[in-house]
Amino acid sequence: MPYQHTILGKVYRFDSLRVLLAKASPHRTGDVLAGLSAGSYEERVAAQITLSDVMLTDFLNEAIVPYEDDEVTRLIMDSHDAAGFKTISHLTVGGLRDWLLLNETDTTVLDSVADALTPEMAAAVSKIMRNQDLIAVAKKCEVVTRFRNTIGLKGHFATRLQPNHPTDDPRGIAASLLEGLLYGSGDACIGINPATDSPAAVLKIVMLIDQLRQQFDIPTQSCVLSHITTTLELVNKGAPIDLCFQSIAGTEKANTSFGINLNLLEEAYSATMSLNRSTVGQNVMYFETGQGSCLSANAHFGVDQQTCEARAYAVAKKFKPLLVNSVVGFIGPEYLYDGKQITRAALEDHFCGKLLGLPMGMDVCYTNHAEADQDDMDNLLTLLGVAGCNFIMGIPGSDDIMLNYQSTSFHDALYLRKVLGLKPAPEFEAWLIRQGITDADGNPNKGGPEAFLNKTKSLWLK
Amino acid sequence: MAKIVKHTPNPTEPLSFLKEFTQARIALGSTGSSIPTKPSLEFKLAHAHARDAVYSVMDTEALADELEQFHLPVLQLHSRATSREQYLQRPDLGRLLDELSVNRLADQLENDGIVLILGDGLSATAINQNALDLLKLLMPKLQSAKLKLAPLCLVEQARVAIADGIAAELGASLSVILIGERPGLSAADSMGAYLTYMPRPGLTDDSRNCISNIRPEGLPVAQAADKLFYLIQESLSRKLSGVALKDNEGLLPNE
Repeated sequence: MPYQHTILGKVYRFDSLRVLLAKASPHRTGDVLAGLSAGSYEERVAAQITLSDVMLTDFLNEAIVPYEDDEVTRLIMDSHDAAGFKTISHLTVGGLRDWLLLNETDTTVLDSVADALTPEMAAAVSKIMRNQDLIAVAKKCEVVTRFRNTIGLKGHFATRLQPNHPTDDPRGIAASLLEGLLYGSGDACIGINPATDSPAAVLKIVMLIDQLRQQFDIPTQSCVLSHITTTLELVNKGAPIDLCFQSIAGTEKANTSFGINLNLLEEAYSATMSLNRSTVGQNVMYFETGQGSCLSANAHFGVDQQTCEARAYAVAKKFKPLLVNSVVGFIGPEYLYDGKQITRAALEDHFCGKLLGLPMGMDVCYTNHAEADQDDMDNLLTLLGVAGCNFIMGIPGSDDIMLNYQSTSFHDALYLRKVLGLKPAPEFEAWLIRQGITDADGNPNKGGPEAFLNKTKSLWLK
Repeated sequence: MAKIVKHTPNPTEPLSFLKEFTQARIALGSTGSSIPTKPSLEFKLAHAHARDAVYSVMDTEALADELEQFHLPVLQLHSRATSREQYLQRPDLGRLLDELSVNRLADQLENDGIVLILGDGLSATAINQNALDLLKLLMPKLQSAKLKLAPLCLVEQARVAIADGIAAELGASLSVILIGERPGLSAADSMGAYLTYMPRPGLTDDSRNCISNIRPEGLPVAQAADKLFYLIQESLSRKLSGVALKDNEGLLPNE
């Protein structure tokens, strides 16, 4: 249905909720590239004012991607918590923002509406929120998940240790992996992007991490970020797979371009669950997302990239993931041009994910053709730490030599833990202390790393 | 006078011995929890090289002069992206020729041969440094195989798919575009070569074959020229390119 607003005698008309959402989106290059962006500053604010008066119930009556054509829309509509929605059903989008910021709307209240808000409602309200609003509300959310340790507790902050190597060389991977552990990295998971997707190559890496994990009794989980069909094949052969990974997007067509659908995800989810490898909880999935993936797959249906991204969270939520992260700056400047756009997108993604009940982490990252640098990432990292982000990546010196982009270093995570007083996942922290790697304050123990390294000698024999 | 204390190995760098196993930035040491000054500035320098490469400009005059040695017409073209800023934000414009370029191509005689194109891509530095060296090895092979060649093209603010439009305007049966790849922290001069059989606008990447990382410390030009020549011959004789061409080859080294 059409919406309109008049500013100084000029009538702004928006033909549908889909168009209104796109025009209300803060400026980013991907929406311009898709031809969806507001044409002027005034039109953008007109759209935001218009959007703020839209009733939340409108979102249940008007699908932005047709229900008949898209299984993600069907998932969103069919899993909506109508009972929980009663608390907020009287609100407009603007009213929702005010309500979210109320002191009375605390962690428990937010948790009670996680299934009552649709991704489109979360995206809509984020568009009329400032960065500080996105941080303030996300900070109130607490999403805790468990496999062999506990991630997402308030006051804690985890890292995915990402020891990638361009040729999957086992010793090359092990070298980065060990250094990461010595810097207290790896509580979210030890997760490797393989250079090749062949089951044999992936199995080799899986075995390597699993052997190390068992040898040192590390309370964490491993993951090789291969295509889900490769992981499924290995799971079915009984390989030691802890977490099952997949990249996901917010429309059925985009997911098809990734070679997945909800049925396949369900199959992989139950297969991984059946391995029964977790100890303290049952969250076995790891998903990655990122604004722009639907446009890049030519599967956005005129929906802006931030709303598409929020829709991907509905897909993630269905499978109770241990970890979800938006690889925010990886996609390039044609989607997110500079540090400002990357920062905004990351805060939106973190907010929307947390609001919908997901264990959100963030790959705080950029490519060399984006207008961004380490200072931008330091700013974003600090903002996300304040917002209560569950985890980030840990990469030697910020430089991923396999994927050729810059993310956060082991040092970055230590910086954040130190300035904000955050601790690793409790089980992992206890292990670091037990191994003599760090003391109770998270500082490295004198001689601790050498002692630990001595126990790994067999890895380096040629 | 203060006693001079002998330098002892930094206890926060026990992993130095592992550097032989990976190019990753391990064993940087720490000052407090942070990266020490030297590696911090080394990283900045690598990023500066990458940034400079993104904004580097193709030396079209010098390249055009050098290309004359191959005794083919040389055409200087431009995409519809008018600046680097626009190029970075609008990849679609980098895939299309501007009006002047279209007219320039329309003035040429139809030529159903091979069109070789040099495009700046994301690193003009890569083209300035590697393209001629590669062509000096590749052109004699093509000429002695008596393969028909279309005019050589230089195109600025180019994306890979601009080759499709150029080839279609000329009527060429095969295109090879040498183009600067996205600079990494370890290399800012990496050149890619993309080959397409019967190129025409609208094709996607699965219709192409790519040879990547062409640079002195990566894939040397001699090997790259051999690979390209092999791919060109195979593509012409089997009348295809892309995934299907890759699947059936057995002769390509290092793939």
